[in-house]
Amino acid sequence: MSDNLLFIIGTNLAKIILFTHLVLIFAAYMPWVERKVSAWMQDRVGPNRVGYAGLLQPIADALKFIFKEDAIPGHVEKVLFVLAPAMTVIPALLILAVIPFAPPVKVLGESVQMVIADLDTGILFVFAISSLSVYGITFAGWASNNKYSLLGGVRSSAQMISYEVCLGLSVVGIFMAAQTLRLTDIVTLQVDGVWNIFTQPIGALVFIVAAFAETNRLPFDLPEAETELVAGYHTEYGSMKFAMFFAGEYAAMFVFSALVAVLFLGGWDVPFMSNATFAALGNWGVVIGMLSFLTKVCAFLFFYVWVRWTIPRFRFDQLMHLGWKVLLPLALVNVVITGLWNLP
Amino acid sequence: MAKVVDRHKLTWYEELYLPAIASGLKRTFRQMFQPDITLQYPEERPQIYDDYRGAPGLVRDQDGREKCVSCQLCEYICPPKAIVIVPGEAPEGATYDYSHIEKAPREFFIDMLRCIYCGYCEEICPEQAIFMTGEYELNAGSRQELVHDKKRLYEIGGLRPDPIQKWKGKDDRLDAGGFTDLRKRGAGAEEGE
Repeated sequence: MSDNLLFIIGTNLAKIILFTHLVLIFAAYMPWVERKVSAWMQDRVGPNRVGYAGLLQPIADALKFIFKEDAIPGHVEKVLFVLAPAMTVIPALLILAVIPFAPPVKVLGESVQMVIADLDTGILFVFAISSLSVYGITFAGWASNNKYSLLGGVRSSAQMISYEVCLGLSVVGIFMAAQTLRLTDIVTLQVDGVWNIFTQPIGALVFIVAAFAETNRLPFDLPEAETELVAGYHTEYGSMKFAMFFAGEYAAMFVFSALVAVLFLGGWDVPFMSNATFAALGNWGVVIGMLSFLTKVCAFLFFYVWVRWTIPRFRFDQLMHLGWKVLLPLALVNVVITGLWNLP
Repeated sequence: MAKVVDRHKLTWYEELYLPAIASGLKRTFRQMFQPDITLQYPEERPQIYDDYRGAPGLVRDQDGREKCVSCQLCEYICPPKAIVIVPGEAPEGATYDYSHIEKAPREFFIDMLRCIYCGYCEEICPEQAIFMTGEYELNAGSRQELVHDKKRLYEIGGLRPDPIQKWKGKDDRLDAGGFTDLRKRGAGAEEGE
């Protein structure tokens, strides 16, 4: 690490700007991807009017959201109502801080980690922050003063608190094997060793299911549940405030895809490459690593959409049953098995 | 015969759900590569068949004669009361043969906001003067525009050649052998009794 303050500030700012914009671009284009893939799965064409293959659709949508009247209904709790959209976006973007995008890059002879904050407690930070995102949805449901929104908010809090437990327990096995909480170290171990999805298949399964629930995606989109609750917690929202919920959902999807890639799919690893090969390739190794990482993220984002059009929504009691009676025991069994496996 | 559905207890393999989800994922993935069935509407048009029930229109025959004799049967049968006819006398001095027709519509309105496209008007018309056309694009800037008047109805209907032309050449047929008597008798009946 360099002692030069200017260098540290410069590289960190560059990373923050790069990664944040990367996520925001993904979040902007994810609705387009979702609409296209949905269309293909239903023998339709999807957006194809704005630009080539509808590629300018996100820009058109953004313009529409910006120019719409930002109406606040008279019957809402104003403070919480305005606060709620921000509270769903911010946690999603905060988690980004600990996600390693690529192997360390060489800048002016110094080695710089491609993480905004390479925390010792990386994954604990993720869980601490991701639990906060439930507040945005619950506040939105409460502040809207509307029965559908409230039901959405209540469902959301029950769902996210239940699945938070499984989410946390499912990765304990990884820490037990890796003996570190730092995400960069977990990736480095996978680059030289085996991807965690092969050593921790049960943990991966539980984590992925819980990730779907945490991001309120089908089959666990009960807080939104168009068919039952109009639009759930964001029924009363319009224009940019609605767009914030939208962006928050897609940013969260990106972040959880990135987490799956980092924790289970080897992060920036490319098969048959070791840490030594990455180091030998220098900054080209960084480019390859980043592309590999983003490919994994994209694949998982596609998986999100793919699952959406395959599995119908769970009923509320089924959701609770799955969370507490199936996934939680599975996660615990995984912890026990990993513990026995790694006995000294 | 009643069909008995076997509701067996799920085997442990089925209880896992994961194989079912995997086969579902396979199904949706394959579906992505099926050809699209979407019609790119303004550029591509659906095929309209002859018996399509689009906007009703009035027709003229090959001589350009309005076939409607304003009998008002369509107005009477129209379930949503979309048709309003103002009957009038057949136009004097027209180039075509009106000599055996007394009436023609002075005005003919069809309110397309009321029309339910049932086709009863076409069915009941004794003169085959009104037809359901293939016209399906009914857009307007105001409600008034969607109340089609006589001019618009003839635009929609256009010409429709009539193989029978039951009024045409009636005089000739009457004058030709055998019918002269009938005509005299007709005239006598009018004057006499």
